[in-house]
Amino acid sequence: MITNSLVASQLSAGYGDNIILDGLDLAVPPGKITTIVGANASGKSTLLRTMSRLISPRHGHVLLDGKSIHRTPSRELARRLGLLPQSPIAPEGIVVADLVSRGRHPHHGTFSRWTAKDDEAVAAALTATKTAELAERPMEELSGGQRQRVWIAMALAQQTEILLLDEPTTFLDISHQVEVLDLLTDLNRTRGTTIVMVLHDLNLAARYADYLVAMAEGRLHVSGKPEDVLTEENVRQVFGLESRIITDPTSDRPIMLPIGRHRMTTGQAR
Amino acid sequence: MQSLWLAVLIAALAVLCLLSVGIGTREIVWSDVVAALGGQVDSIGQAAVTVRIPRTLLALLAGAALGLAGTIMQGVTRNPLADPGILGVNMGASLAVVIGVAWFNIASAYAYIWTAILGAGCSAVFVYTIGSMGRGGATPLKLALAGAATSVAFSSLVIAVVLPRNDIAGGIRSWQIGGVGGATFDGISHVLPFLAVGFVISLMSARRLNSLALGDELAAGLGENAAVARAVAAFGAILLCGATTAVCGPIGFVGLVVPHLCRLLVGVDHRWLLPFSALIGACLLISADIVGRIVARPAELDVGIVTAFVGAPFFIWIVRRQRVREL
Amino acid sequence: MTTLSSTTGSIVGSRRHRARRRHVVIAVLLILLAAFFALTLSLGQSFTPPGEVIRVLLGEQVPGASFTVEQLRLPRAVLSVLAGLSFGLGGAAFQIMLRNPLASPDIIGINWGASAAAVFAIVVLSLKGPAVSILAVTSGLGVALLIYVLSFRNGVAGTRLILVGIGVSAMLESFIAYILSNAPAWNLQEAMRWLTGSVNGAQLDQAPPLLLALAVLGGLLLSQARNLEALRLGDDTAAALGVGVARTRIIVIVSAVGVIAFATAVTGPIAFVAFLSGPIAARTIGNNGSLLIPAALVGALLVLAGDYCGQFLLPSRYPVGVITGALGAPYLIFLIVRANRSGASL
Repeated sequence: MITNSLVASQLSAGYGDNIILDGLDLAVPPGKITTIVGANASGKSTLLRTMSRLISPRHGHVLLDGKSIHRTPSRELARRLGLLPQSPIAPEGIVVADLVSRGRHPHHGTFSRWTAKDDEAVAAALTATKTAELAERPMEELSGGQRQRVWIAMALAQQTEILLLDEPTTFLDISHQVEVLDLLTDLNRTRGTTIVMVLHDLNLAARYADYLVAMAEGRLHVSGKPEDVLTEENVRQVFGLESRIITDPTSDRPIMLPIGRHRMTTGQAR
Repeated sequence: MQSLWLAVLIAALAVLCLLSVGIGTREIVWSDVVAALGGQVDSIGQAAVTVRIPRTLLALLAGAALGLAGTIMQGVTRNPLADPGILGVNMGASLAVVIGVAWFNIASAYAYIWTAILGAGCSAVFVYTIGSMGRGGATPLKLALAGAATSVAFSSLVIAVVLPRNDIAGGIRSWQIGGVGGATFDGISHVLPFLAVGFVISLMSARRLNSLALGDELAAGLGENAAVARAVAAFGAILLCGATTAVCGPIGFVGLVVPHLCRLLVGVDHRWLLPFSALIGACLLISADIVGRIVARPAELDVGIVTAFVGAPFFIWIVRRQRVREL
Repeated sequence: MTTLSSTTGSIVGSRRHRARRRHVVIAVLLILLAAFFALTLSLGQSFTPPGEVIRVLLGEQVPGASFTVEQLRLPRAVLSVLAGLSFGLGGAAFQIMLRNPLASPDIIGINWGASAAAVFAIVVLSLKGPAVSILAVTSGLGVALLIYVLSFRNGVAGTRLILVGIGVSAMLESFIAYILSNAPAWNLQEAMRWLTGSVNGAQLDQAPPLLLALAVLGGLLLSQARNLEALRLGDDTAAALGVGVARTRIIVIVSAVGVIAFATAVTGPIAFVAFLSGPIAARTIGNNGSLLIPAALVGALLVLAGDYCGQFLLPSRYPVGVITGALGAPYLIFLIVRANRSGASL
């Protein structure tokens, strides 16, 4: 049965002798936006890479609709689960339309021909990411925000029900960060795409997540609704940081304000 | 601790020198060695020893020069894979010498040396320049690739120059492998001044290299002009390997291996590293020369081949140990 | 919805445009290749009219032309084309796989195993013909595999593969130099073949194994063309697109080294052809689909033209490898400068 349930159970993974994920359990809610936060080296990227088959787990499984993704043929998996890595490489001189059409790769065998359905998928991806007018431009000429939209378009052309993104907002300025996150929310709302992403910025993560996951030392520390996860106690435990949580007046989501040691005016020091 | 190692190394070097004079394709009794060292050339054995003395001396000088040059190059480029061979410097010297012989009829020993140094210098600057262009500066990968590519290019140019000239092909071919077998006191005396200047400049740049090791910006903050420091140290290294290449031909990997061994022994302070790398370089090349004489009896393996076979696995080991980032 | 369908229309248009450009360039390369092939058959030291060449090719005995065309020019041209195709194809496959124009097999030394074995077989073991080929191909593959294994550590990083290749090739080169310098009868021509590559003394019966290797291994490479294109986006992206990265790598390495080793066993490592073909093809065809076929054609053209040039257009006769080497050197340097400046890959 296709319910797009992505579940990690008792997952351990790492590089060489270095175990980074240590017996982690996570059930990604289908059709929602899940964001993963955590300190550096807490295993966020490793979790994402293991869930998308880039790394094989030492122990445990990642199950998609009950079937281990590490036993699913790669092309079949790539038609259901897409991943945008942290630093994809744009070949020199490639134009946007060509790059986005690379997303159709899993839908083709070695000798199959390009079809009208492929063209439609590419066009839909370009339209959804508002990059249609850039279609004939080479990647080098685009701004950072435009480039990231094109990469998301490529992942969209893959037409997967689940999309994983590893820090899709790094190297972008704040307006482009919001633009990309709004775009991903649009996709989730209009297409019902399940989105899982790693984000650095706690406040943006809480703002855009339906389900927030906080990791510490290779384990899932706490997960749930943003207002339940982003608490002063959890920030202290996960990041070792004293903070205050207030409520964002525009979205009613929690906002974390670090306390630090200086420039305090209202006597919050406790 | 360092002083103890210094004593050990000097003792080792002395033993190796003795062995190098005593061991060869011809078995010789030790009394002959002693007699020959005293100046007698009466028996065949003593004559053989007399031939081996300049050879040992050259191996000592060349090894010291190459080891020192390697340490300086790794310091200047802050790159663990820098080596006169990997960076294409030896090939540059070869090309220059070949062109000099084929087109300009150079024959005098000094002309040889100057040409080799010129070639070494040009190619070092060239490889470093192209290797450090673009993002991330001179990464180990870019430098090694630029060096390898330049070596390939230069070696086809060498062949293109040599091929129509059957008269010089043989001589150049044997020179191109790199060895110390044909050493004479006369040859050594020509190259000695160059090496001496190179040694002095190199050994004096220890403090500069220590500052450079912290990065250009920090070095500038410490009052060191990074560009000048680099240029001076590199000039010393180029003198050393250019002059060595002129007499011995290209000998690879000594400059690569030695600095790593030295860092294991004495840490990262160049004031210790530099003299140690000269010593260890000398020990290494003399050993390689002795090995080359033993393994292929009754023939000899040129020292350049021995160092390649010892050095290349070492190179691979370093590459494996390093955390190389994906492109 | 109109915007979506108009977008689809323009997507289709631009895709057709790219495909047309690709077809035109491949056609032009084919025509050029055919023209050069014809030229080398009819014009050498002496001129043979095209009519006579055709009659010879059809099996007629033409006095004064049969020997020159059939025994001298045809084998040379055929082997040049086959070797060029192999080098071009194998080289481009490596460059695409490792995303670096400098990472061609001749520069990272992954094919030096074949050369070293061939030299050893000929000079030391006094072998000839197929035995040399077999030895060259097996050790070519063996060395490539060794390099792969040595660079294996939590998966193979392209960077490490390149560096290990450079190290191994330094060893093999000095091995070749040693054997050649100790060869009992020093034969400059033969040595040149193993140092820079040459099609001197080519014989037609050397062609079938080469052709077979090209058909089988080349076909295998072409079957990976799409996966290779995906690899250009980075290993992670390719994996996310459903490419079995490790599997593709192994197939590409084995078949690319295989075609190159077969060619090397016959002509020696013709300098720079593997390295030059990909970038030249990229320049002519742009980003319009897989580079493999155009690169193979460019390789064939390079060898054919280089050999012709070395035989007839210069004051003294050079083997083809010297020509491609000497011509390739400046281009190589230009490429390094350019590639490093933009920080981009092929």
